[in-house]
Amino acid sequence: MMNNFNLSGRRINALVLRHYYLIRGSIPRILEMAYWPTVQMVIWGFVTQFFIGHSSWLASAAGVLIGAVLLWDLLFRSQIGFSMCFLEEMWSRNLGHLFVSPLRPHEFIISMMVVSCLRGFFGLLPSWVLAFVFFEFSIFSYGLGIVAFFSCLMVMGWALGMIVVALVLRFGLGAESLAWVAIFAFAPISAVYYPVETLPAWLQIIAWCTPSAYVFEGMRSVLIDNNFRYDLLLGAILVNIIYLFAGIFVFSFSFLGARKQGKLLQTGE
Amino acid sequence: MRKFAIEVNSLIKNFGSTIAVDDISFNVEEGTITALLGGNGAGKTTIISMLMGLLIPTSGNIKILGKDIITDRYSILPKTNFSSPYVDLPNRLTVQENLNVYANLYSANDVKKQIASLSERLNIKSLLNRKTGQLSAGQKTRVALAKALINDPQLLFLDEPTASLDPDTADWIRSYLQEYAAQKKATILLASHHMGEVERLSNNVFMLQEGKIVDSGTPKELVKKYGRSNMEEVFLDVARGRQIDNIVEN
Repeated sequence: MMNNFNLSGRRINALVLRHYYLIRGSIPRILEMAYWPTVQMVIWGFVTQFFIGHSSWLASAAGVLIGAVLLWDLLFRSQIGFSMCFLEEMWSRNLGHLFVSPLRPHEFIISMMVVSCLRGFFGLLPSWVLAFVFFEFSIFSYGLGIVAFFSCLMVMGWALGMIVVALVLRFGLGAESLAWVAIFAFAPISAVYYPVETLPAWLQIIAWCTPSAYVFEGMRSVLIDNNFRYDLLLGAILVNIIYLFAGIFVFSFSFLGARKQGKLLQTGE
Repeated sequence: MRKFAIEVNSLIKNFGSTIAVDDISFNVEEGTITALLGGNGAGKTTIISMLMGLLIPTSGNIKILGKDIITDRYSILPKTNFSSPYVDLPNRLTVQENLNVYANLYSANDVKKQIASLSERLNIKSLLNRKTGQLSAGQKTRVALAKALINDPQLLFLDEPTASLDPDTADWIRSYLQEYAAQKKATILLASHHMGEVERLSNNVFMLQEGKIVDSGTPKELVKKYGRSNMEEVFLDVARGRQIDNIVEN
C-alpha cells in the first residue's frame, strides 16, 4: 500500500515534458498564454495614466491598478494553467494511457502545478516587461513580500483548478467552460480594484473567506502605505490551506467516482 | 505447478442497474496468449479495464502477477502495459515525443536505446519525427504498440489490436505479437471480435456473452465442441444462443 504514496520526479518530469512538447509545437498556444495578460496590462496602464491627472488618490499610488491587474492575471493563469493541462489530456483522449501507467494521481496533480507555474510565468512575463517599459512599473520593486502574495494566488489558483477538473471529470467535457469562467465568480469578492470595506457588511464576511481578498488588501497596503502586512499574509496562507485541502478532497472524490464509473477510459471529445 | 499471470474470482461490475460483468472467474497462465471473445457490449473492455485497475469492480477479486490489483496496483503497473484503438496518444506530439514521455512514465532503462530498438523492430523509424495525428491507422497501431512495449511488459493488455487495419498490416501485427510473447515469455490478454486473429494467436479463449463467460477452451477444442469448421461459426453459435446439443445433433 505504501507504494501508492511514492513520488517519482521522473514521472512528474515526463508529464511536464509532455506539456512542454505540446506548447513548443503550437504557436497559437504560445500566443494565447501571453495575449490576454498583455492586453489587460496595456489597457489598465493607460487607464492609470489618465486617472493620475484626475485623481489625487491614484496619483499617490500609481501602481495600484496595474499591480491589481498583474496579480489578478496571475491568479487566473494559475487556475487556467492547471485546468488546461487536464483538458488537454481529455481532448487528446489520453487519460486512459496515463492512468494505466505507474503515474499516481498526486504526481499528476504536482505535474499540473508545475506546468501551471511555467505557463503563468511565461504568459505573464511579456506583460511584466511591458509594464516596466511603458509605465515604469515593476511589481518586484516592492520587495520579496510581494512574491509571498504571488505564491498565495498561485496556490488558490491550483485549488480552484482542482475543483474545476473534478467537475469536468464528473460532468464530462460539457463542463469545460467552467475552466474559463469559474474564477470570475471570485472577482467581485476578491477586492481586486477596491478595498474590502467597499463591499456590504455581509459580503465582506464572504470576501474574507477568499485568500485573494487578503492578497489584494496586502498589495494595496504595500503600494499605498509602503507597509507589508504580515497579518494579511498569514490570513491568506491559512485560508489557502483550507482551499487546498478542499481542492484535493473534491478532486480525489471525483477521481474515485471516475474509476467506479469507467470514465477514465471513455472520456474524450 | 502452473503459475497464473491473471487470477479472477467472482468478478462483478454493475453500472447502476446494468450488469456489465456478471460473476465471472477465470485464470490466465503465464506466458500464454488468451483471448476474450464476444460481441459488442459483451463486457470485454470492462473486464480489461478492471484488470488494469482503471475501473473499480462492484465485487470480486483480481490478482495480477500474484498481487491484488486494488491494493498493490502501483507495484503491478510498471510490469504491464496496454494498447487500444479507442484510447489515443496525444495527436499533436511527434511519435518520438510520445515515446519519450511514456518511456519516462514507465521508468524505462536507457530511453534512447529502447526507443531506437522498438522503432527498428516495429518499422517506425521513419515516423519518429512525424506528428502522431498525421499517421495512417496502420502506422498509429504500430506506434501504439511501441508505446505498449516501451517497458518490456510481462503482461500486455490489448483491446482489439488490429481493428480497422488492412489485412497485410493486421497480419504483420499478429506475427509481431506472437514473436514478442515467445521471446519475452510474456502473457498477452487480448479482447477481440476478429475470429481469424483469435484462432491464430490464442492458446486459450474465453467466450463472453452479456457479461458472462459462456464457454472456454483452446480454439481447436471449441471448434470441435461446437461441431464447426472455424471460430467464426462458433462465435455465431454463441452470439445467437444456439445450444451445443442441437448444433452437434444437426
